[in-house]
Amino acid sequence: MTDPIHATIQDQITKDDVVLYMKGTPVFPMCGFSAGTVQILGQLDVKFQAYNVLDDQNLREGIKTFSNWPTIPQLYVKGEFIGGFDIVREMAENGELQETLKEKGVAAA
Amino acid sequence: MPMSATEIEAAIRTALPDAEISIEDLAGDGDHYRATVVSSSFKGMPRVRQHQLVYDALGGRMGGTLHALALTTKTPA
Repeated sequence: MTDPIHATIQDQITKDDVVLYMKGTPVFPMCGFSAGTVQILGQLDVKFQAYNVLDDQNLREGIKTFSNWPTIPQLYVKGEFIGGFDIVREMAENGELQETLKEKGVAAA
Repeated sequence: MPMSATEIEAAIRTALPDAEISIEDLAGDGDHYRATVVSSSFKGMPRVRQHQLVYDALGGRMGGTLHALALTTKTPA
């Protein structure tokens, strides 16, 4: 952890139970994959903290090296990286995401 | 320069020789793909690791040259 942005990210994913790094905001997503992830979280009534990577070039690059994951969105639950849109969608469809949230004690909004 | 489906398949095949790979060009623009990769290498791995293996195979092009690749990974039934 040499990159200071990694410390910032670590703080962010520790502070809130569910954190989404996305392009745009939940109300105005700027990318289909980010929009899809917001929609899934909405359907599950999950309260989450969103960070717009388009507002912060440092964060946009830092989040990719933080998780060794090349794309955005990225979802974190209780500090753990869950995945991008494909994984979140698949997990929501087969109930795994709901299970993970429950296991980790994340209450629905 | 976008990547062709053949290039994507070849890159994945190099890293995961046993993989069954199917690639669809979603928009017909050589820029939005859907790939399904079935490989025994994924066995016992969390999904994030499975996808990371495929991204590694693409050698950093994912998120750059390759804008959109909807990915599904599976182990052989």
